[in-house]
Amino acid sequence: MRSTPFLKSALAASFVAGASLAEEIGDADAGETLFSKCKGCHQIGASAEDRIGPHLNGIFGRRAGAHEGFAYSKSMQRAGVDGLTWTAETLDAYIENPRALVSKTRMSFRGIKNPDDRANLMAYLRDFSDNPSNLPEAEPTARATDHDLDPEILALQGDPEYGEYLSNECLTCHQADGSAEGIPSITQWPEEDFVVAMHAYKRKLRPHPVMQMMAGRLNNDEIAALAAYFKDLD
Amino acid sequence: MKLNRRIFMGSSAAAMASLSSPAVLADGHGKPRVVVIGGGAGGATVAKYLAKDSKGEIDVTLVEPTRTYFTCFFSNLYLGGFKDIDDLGHTYGTLAAKYGINVVHDWAVNVDRDSKTVTLAGGSKLPYDKLVLSPGIDFVEGAVEGWSIAAQNAMPHAYKGGSQTELLKAQVMAMPEGGTFAMVAPPNPYRCPPGPYERISMVAHVLKANNPTAKIIVADPKDKFSKQALFQEGWANHYAGMVDWIGSDFGGGNVSVDPNAMTITIDGEETKVDACNVIPAMKAGRIAELAGVTDGNWAPVNAADMSTKADADVYVLGDSSQQGDMPKSGFSANSQAKVCANAVRGALTGSKVFPAKFSNTCWSLIDTDDGVKVGATYEATDEKIAKVDGFISATGEDSATRKATYEESEGWYAGITADMFG
Repeated sequence: MRSTPFLKSALAASFVAGASLAEEIGDADAGETLFSKCKGCHQIGASAEDRIGPHLNGIFGRRAGAHEGFAYSKSMQRAGVDGLTWTAETLDAYIENPRALVSKTRMSFRGIKNPDDRANLMAYLRDFSDNPSNLPEAEPTARATDHDLDPEILALQGDPEYGEYLSNECLTCHQADGSAEGIPSITQWPEEDFVVAMHAYKRKLRPHPVMQMMAGRLNNDEIAALAAYFKDLD
Repeated sequence: MKLNRRIFMGSSAAAMASLSSPAVLADGHGKPRVVVIGGGAGGATVAKYLAKDSKGEIDVTLVEPTRTYFTCFFSNLYLGGFKDIDDLGHTYGTLAAKYGINVVHDWAVNVDRDSKTVTLAGGSKLPYDKLVLSPGIDFVEGAVEGWSIAAQNAMPHAYKGGSQTELLKAQVMAMPEGGTFAMVAPPNPYRCPPGPYERISMVAHVLKANNPTAKIIVADPKDKFSKQALFQEGWANHYAGMVDWIGSDFGGGNVSVDPNAMTITIDGEETKVDACNVIPAMKAGRIAELAGVTDGNWAPVNAADMSTKADADVYVLGDSSQQGDMPKSGFSANSQAKVCANAVRGALTGSKVFPAKFSNTCWSLIDTDDGVKVGATYEATDEKIAKVDGFISATGEDSATRKATYEESEGWYAGITADMFG
């Protein structure tokens, strides 16, 4: 697990440094109420078992798609292999908009837009992870932040002609006919999903190094142009 | 999008030319003509994108001597037993049938830049308005003492895909028990920087299974190499004690071979070898030199469109070009081809020219399901193709990550070959 040693040391360091300025990331009691949205699929606590979704004990620090015995979507397995680990930051982004982080996740949940609600929910989940007291009270990433894309970015109308030119670069790896052999298909995605996913790479929330690099140098118009081009490619 | 000055001038100049005097561009004949020499990652890609995107407005001829093209990329995986040779062969039927490219299987033997014609070995001449050269590499004569192209059967280079790769594999398989495999690695710059070291890994993989007491010696004129930490970690983990890499600090550059006696002499010490892979210093494919667009071993090009410094109507892609920071790789050539196709089409038809963006990723396999990668993005500056950002696999990665990297490389192979030939 590539990120675990880093995570552990970061947690240990911030625990020592942050202990005196401990700050709850949210209200766990309020989070318990919110968890009713999740209960249809996820269990948590002493007798929790995998149901439609995996149980959520020990979710903090767990590699995505790595809980043994649960049949994850291919998309979630890929995210885990690419290096996605559940931290306060990545969980926050996932709860806000699941498909932004994991395109074809089976978790059919619209997301929670209110950052305080997400913080409360995470505070509740955190009580069921190992050593919850060791989790970073004051680490900046423990705070729910707004991962949502600016509506202006989502509203951009991409130029498909420019997208076609830019797509040439994508097609060195991703196939134009939509075959997905070792590398996922990127054709015929809804434009919004495409834009949200590319910005998640650009912000390095999604872990894949090639995609972080490729998305990292595309500006908002270029991402919109690619989304406009690929949505109709078949 | 923002238009920079070059794009604006490029497309408007082309538009004016095509409005006022198409004859200047088309020289009295109908459509503008582009001749592409070399059907690899650069040439096949540029031909396809020119034909596809111009929708028949440009007459594209692709000159490539072989009817079945064997990629050099992934040829190490054939050596390692992970691919069949047939997996690496590709034909040009789709480029001809689907995109209307005139595919000519012949050698280009001369370029006359004054009359703008290419002469083929068969004697015929091809006129062009724009010429794209993507001829890969040739070897510098006398680069390794004792070796010449006449000795390539005894000591294969296996650095162009196809029969040489098969020959080297046969020689590795025929090594006696406990025998010695030697490699003479090339000096910079050369095609596929991690290639020799992936090859060492693949030969070690085969020997470990069939001939575990065999040894591998690498004589290297460099003191460091691409993905070095990753390869050396992998060799220690998978092939402990098998690989002896002798860098320039230890005399690795002071090397000669005797293909008749099958010996290699490194820094004065002679060793009998059972298979020997000599990868000599490289230069641009010969046709670039014949066209008079090289300076020294390579052809200097302008980063914005891959046109040569010597002639604005002649472009050089891929390994033969001297462009700046990009490594010589199939991925790079494919990336450069797309920028070039966009610029050439703009110049000939007045289509919109977008800013150049380049990228490269090189995957290497160290052992079964142990893949690593390195990559970067690039932009065109006035001086060169300049690196913007990059990444490399980390040492000590877990096996799931390495397996995913290998699977991704297979996906890339399917992707780039479909992009070139399909």
